[in-house]
Amino acid sequence: MRTTITVNGEARALDLDTRTTLLDTLREHLGLPGTKKGCDHGQCGACTVLVNGVRINSCLSLAVMHDGDSVTTIEGIGTPEKLHPLQTAFLTEDAFQCGYCTPGQICSALGMLEEVKQNWPSQETADLTARITLTDDELRERMSGNICRCSAYPQIVAAIKSYAGGAA
Amino acid sequence: MTQVADWAGSNPIKENRSRLIGKAVDRYEGPLKVSGTAAYAHEVVPPSPPAYGVMVPSTIARGRILSVDLAAARAAPGVALAWSHFDVPEQAPRNVMLNFFQPLTTPAFEFDRVSYWGEQVAFVVADTLENATAAAALVKVDYEIEAPEVTFDPIGDEGEHPPGESDVQVGDFAAAFAAAPVRVDAVWRTPPQNHCTMEPCATTAWWEGDKLTVHASVQLVRKTQHGLAETLKIPPENVHLLTRYIGGGFGAKASWYEDLTLAALASREIGRPVKVAFTRQQMMHGTIHRPATRLHARLGATPDGKLTAMSLITQTHLGRVGNFVERGSNFSRPLYSAPNRLTGHRIFHLDLPVAGAMRAPGEGSGTLAFECAMDELAEKLGIDPLELRVINEPEVNPEDGRPFSSRQLTRCLREGAERFGWDKRVSVPGRVRDGRWTLGLGMATAIRGSSLLPAKASFTVDAEGVITVKQGMTDIGTGTYTVLGQIAAETMGVPLKSVRVEIGDSELPPAPGSGGQFGAATAGSACFEAGMNLRKAIVEIAVADPASPLYGGPSENVTFQDGIVAISNRSETIAELIRRNRPDGLTVEGEIKPAEDSGKWSTQTYGAHFVEVGIDTVTGEVRVRRMLGVFAAGRILNYKTARSQLTGGMIWGVGSALTEGNAFDPRYGSFINQDMAAYLVPVQADIGELDAIMLDEEDEKANPMGIKGVGELGISGAGAAVANAIYNACGVRVRDYPITPDKVLAGLMALGK
Repeated sequence: MRTTITVNGEARALDLDTRTTLLDTLREHLGLPGTKKGCDHGQCGACTVLVNGVRINSCLSLAVMHDGDSVTTIEGIGTPEKLHPLQTAFLTEDAFQCGYCTPGQICSALGMLEEVKQNWPSQETADLTARITLTDDELRERMSGNICRCSAYPQIVAAIKSYAGGAA
Repeated sequence: MTQVADWAGSNPIKENRSRLIGKAVDRYEGPLKVSGTAAYAHEVVPPSPPAYGVMVPSTIARGRILSVDLAAARAAPGVALAWSHFDVPEQAPRNVMLNFFQPLTTPAFEFDRVSYWGEQVAFVVADTLENATAAAALVKVDYEIEAPEVTFDPIGDEGEHPPGESDVQVGDFAAAFAAAPVRVDAVWRTPPQNHCTMEPCATTAWWEGDKLTVHASVQLVRKTQHGLAETLKIPPENVHLLTRYIGGGFGAKASWYEDLTLAALASREIGRPVKVAFTRQQMMHGTIHRPATRLHARLGATPDGKLTAMSLITQTHLGRVGNFVERGSNFSRPLYSAPNRLTGHRIFHLDLPVAGAMRAPGEGSGTLAFECAMDELAEKLGIDPLELRVINEPEVNPEDGRPFSSRQLTRCLREGAERFGWDKRVSVPGRVRDGRWTLGLGMATAIRGSSLLPAKASFTVDAEGVITVKQGMTDIGTGTYTVLGQIAAETMGVPLKSVRVEIGDSELPPAPGSGGQFGAATAGSACFEAGMNLRKAIVEIAVADPASPLYGGPSENVTFQDGIVAISNRSETIAELIRRNRPDGLTVEGEIKPAEDSGKWSTQTYGAHFVEVGIDTVTGEVRVRRMLGVFAAGRILNYKTARSQLTGGMIWGVGSALTEGNAFDPRYGSFINQDMAAYLVPVQADIGELDAIMLDEEDEKANPMGIKGVGELGISGAGAAVANAIYNACGVRVRDYPITPDKVLAGLMALGK
């Protein structure tokens, strides 16, 4: 099925088996393996990408559902030579070890910070009408869809805080 | 042969002139990982478009395969081949691991029998992943099912001893325990655990003539290369194995599996690269797991807290395949003084998936019992649990009298207590409240062995003065790239930016790989030796070169600093010297071997964990509010990456205490939890404030650099500290891990709370 998806700012025309997930499309058809397959069932968050600015698990979505959408993957966020400030924060805080969940963590964090900016509540939000402050508990709750088996959790909190503090 | 004493003198690492050893530098490969450009095994781009292989696992635990109908799969769109036991190409038989260095063969579909639920029984290759997945679902396997024995529930301390192993007995445990005025005698149970590496095992393979290139996700380069070659019955030099980036290992990838064998065989058959990956569900059964244990701990003491008798007996299970034993009692042998001792292991062979090593095999389960038994004993004695450890601190290994190479356990305990605020602990349980939460503090000791294995490495210096480290080593997230770079830079006296690190390739000088907390010490020591040899070679060239300011020597006065070689005020850059004398570069090898007399010392790493938990008395939910670990593990190469490994291990301990556990379905021998929604590893919200601190230490008996390992130390004892904090918070002892809310609630209700 013919589908056009804008990936990292570039329109990509695809002719896909309708069974192909967005994740496999990125990894196997578009040469963008930065988005990782950890569980393929929406349980681990390693495949998180931004679709029209919103974070989703790309393994739970078929590519043909994204005709006309704009997808941002880790490759579209920064390059080794020119890292995004959040990527630099992950590096300096040592917010990863094996690195396999890292692209998903970074995409997820960017999506999460946008959700906070738009005042989307979480389970940790006590007052639904007040402006949300990104406390450590809010951050941990909102990043709990991204598993890190190396368990760099404290370092991930530090990296996101350091970036969010700098970006604010 | 090397003696430990040969390592005693000074060397560039100990001098640490550039202060690079210990420096918290960022990960060498970090920019690639945070930008998604590090290519893991399934992501490597082969020379031509790959086909995709999908494995089909068994749906019985025990029985005979009568037939496998592949017709529908073979007729499905895009299918290139389908195999089962009845038509898979010839391979070597599965061998048995007799020692650590023996490469294991991994033949696929060797027998017409099934040995465990989820064992691979068929394989389909197609042009796309979607076609291969759909075709694999069409494979029909007809079994003659036999009733499996899958229940692990030993009665008493029964069971077979592991082959060639008997209990270690010192003094007369039975008599001393019977006579002890204060005793603890209890049984703990730990469930099977799954590694859940974020990256499922995967292989990309292709052939050029009779030469195989295989990118795999494995911890041990040379062993895997040789094991695969043996399986395929081809010379090892015809297998080029690469494993540059590995998405987590934790022991799971120190074994290798059918994906490797089948990708190689299929690629040869269809003349095209083949990629094979495990699914998350297949990972649970098709790779190894930490087996369940029943741990019987007995402690006897005098009223002043002196241990007179100690015993830990671990019972565990093995599958029909493999011979790994979870030796949950070993760590307790060098731990505390007690004149009368009994430790050992019992095994049960069942029709279960293959048991194997998972982060701190032995300590990962055994400390969950023994360090809680110490807590129970402390309470009975009315002694602070930390003081009980100090009272029983041995001067030499209490089992065999060997001296310790270094041991700072007491300092870890004291320093941790002070930083954590241990003195705030109320010894009577359940006295500290925070609204509906009841709070408690717990502690436990960490201990994990340290070893040095034979390894090689090479250093190349080029005409730009750049040093390239080459070693068939792996980085599974441990920081290997980074610390080898630091060792190279400090040894050679060059800036970090002048060092390149190439690892994860079977064509490089061999190192054992990552596992058992031996990686940094082993690989790093070989690199250090290569560096010392390169220094020697450079000095020889310099003093013999009339164009060099160093001409004529004396050789012994040459220093290396900031990329410059010098004899007092005569100097030049390494680059200039090499450009003149070796314009094509110079490569030198180095090798490390364990010292002949290293067995004279008991060598361990140590630590102390401190935990604060809150327990919701309505729901039984346990939250880890604060956690601190203080560790002594030799000279630390990089405080940033070492801390991350330690905090990661501590969080594994939290998981083993609170959420992680699998169970076998007694009907089918399958794991109940078959994915990451059901098998609960810790997530961000499970972890509160948590930190790890490392004490200054140099263990000069360990290796030339005085370093040890930290990859497994963090988990040792961490779960026990959580369990002890739970008791302190609410007065409930749960001895059946994980300590889930239902068990806590049942305990609270039994107490009438």
